[in-house]
Amino acid sequence: MSGPNVLEVRGLSARIAGQEVVHDVSFEVPASGVTAVLGRNGVGKTSTLRAILGLVERSGEVLLDGVRVDGERTDRIVRRGVGYVPEDREVFAGLTVSENLRLAERRAGSGGSRAARSGTTAHGTTPARRELVDALFPDLVKRAGQRAGTLSGGQQQMVSLARALLNDNRILLVDEPTKGLAPRIVTEVAETLATAARTVPVLLVEQNLQVVERLAERVVVIDAGRVVHTGPARELLDDPELVQRLLGVSAGSAGETGVAR
Amino acid sequence: MSTVILLLATGLGLGGLYFLVASGLSLIYGLMGVLNFAHGSFLTLGAFVGLAAGNLVGAGTWGGLLLGLLVGALTGAAAATATELGLIRPLYNRHIEQVLVTVGLSLATVALFEGIWGPNPRNVTRTDWLASTTDVLGAHVPNTAFLNVLAAAAVLGGIVAFLRYTRYGLIIRAGVENRAMVTALGIDVRQAFTLVFAVGGAAAGLGGVLATQSLNYVSPHMGASLLIFAFIVTVIGGMGSLTGAAVASVVVAVLQQLANFYLNNTGDLIVVLLLALVLLVRPSGLMGRPA
Ligand SMILES: Nc1ncnc2c1ncn2[C@@H]1O[C@H](COP(=O)(O)OP(=O)(O)O)[C@@H](O)[C@H]1O
Ligand SMILES: [Mg+2]
Repeated sequence: MSGPNVLEVRGLSARIAGQEVVHDVSFEVPASGVTAVLGRNGVGKTSTLRAILGLVERSGEVLLDGVRVDGERTDRIVRRGVGYVPEDREVFAGLTVSENLRLAERRAGSGGSRAARSGTTAHGTTPARRELVDALFPDLVKRAGQRAGTLSGGQQQMVSLARALLNDNRILLVDEPTKGLAPRIVTEVAETLATAARTVPVLLVEQNLQVVERLAERVVVIDAGRVVHTGPARELLDDPELVQRLLGVSAGSAGETGVAR
Repeated sequence: MSTVILLLATGLGLGGLYFLVASGLSLIYGLMGVLNFAHGSFLTLGAFVGLAAGNLVGAGTWGGLLLGLLVGALTGAAAATATELGLIRPLYNRHIEQVLVTVGLSLATVALFEGIWGPNPRNVTRTDWLASTTDVLGAHVPNTAFLNVLAAAAVLGGIVAFLRYTRYGLIIRAGVENRAMVTALGIDVRQAFTLVFAVGGAAAGLGGVLATQSLNYVSPHMGASLLIFAFIVTVIGGMGSLTGAAVASVVVAVLQQLANFYLNNTGDLIVVLLLALVLLVRPSGLMGRPA
């Protein structure tokens, strides 16, 4: 049923408070590997992800496994197998780690016959997924009873990643997972994403070019709410002039936060 | 001394009624961002229908009262559920329209209740025990105060347990914190909306029947007058905070009783002053999260 692309975005626009911040954006995400979304601050990367999920007012087409989902509510789209790791983690500060994770668990096949009718297949939590999460985040197992609001930024990011990895998703949308983290933690997060990306395609918004280099096969560059470049990650990263022009940074200087390779 | 005890006891009893209304208001606002002006109508309807059901068993009997409380709660829950599904849900995320609809509903229902049951208060028949007092350290405390406190404590305990130990409770707690993220985890948060309306409506309906026992009458306007103080309690406690609502219910009601007695019937004024003070010093309320 699914073509080569797990996600297709066609002519997507997004409005926030009446103002269009994403204009006519189109790109594809192949069914494996990491596709990175790059761009300066405030160009509309987060809004693009939120528009895909229906979290902001949007127009245009979004196809998941070839099925139009742009008319659906956020929770329906997510139950079709979209894992979301938002910018700034958005863990529930007042809930414990285990409550955060429990909330994210979706029953495989939730939606039942209704799901079958609408062509949704089950993308829920499985025992194998729980084991994977426990293995990836032993620290969270230890801190199960701790309030998420009292965790460090890196630990909160792990909770946010774990929430997405608990389910058998078709795709992960991950928004700046290394933002504001210490270099060692950046490496850890990148490793976790690399592991995840072996089993599920990832659309990754990321500013740290070393992380992009480590993880991404393809890049989509956004500027002022429009796609200005798409192509293999290598091609962009090997062209300092292009990097400078599109992202306003030099590829060399992007990596004060070292990432083990 | 006995006067102070009496005022504290009646204050606690009144606080129990406030809490039964405020708990629902606070939950609904916390999760949905909707100020529900129709909440008083759930209370009034619960009171009338609950009393009518109780009268079938026998006015002034314990059996009648118990059935009345049950039916009152169910009526409140049913009315609230219907309101959420029929009027609030179609206006999903349009908070101003949602609030306006609840205002309209409250006005329309009061007129409807007046049409059905007449505009004037009607006396109710209570059990002998509820109509009398108990001597506490020399103070003659109305027995309705005990009943109110008991009911409010039971409702508080029930809601806390529900929030803490059930999956819907988890969804509601998370939704109060960050509703969009709950939907982004694949959860249809609208079911939780209907549920908080139902739970809030049940508490209000229960409060309606209890209020008739304290006031010794039932009237189409009782919901509206309790609602005003319940709103104040909710704001003082911190919109969305159940514990805040519980604490503020007691503080407001006791203060009101004391001021009414010692300060020349200025209870309502004092409460409004307290509200202003809290808004100045702690705009998010005693236990609310800063906006
Ligand atoms: N909640 C908001 N209210 C108003 N404007 C917003 C809001 N969120 C984002 N914007 C605006 O939308 C544009 C795109 O923002 P965003 O998608 O967050 O960019 P990026 O993720 O690329 O940094 C920016 O100009 C930003 O100012
Ligand atoms: Mg962003």
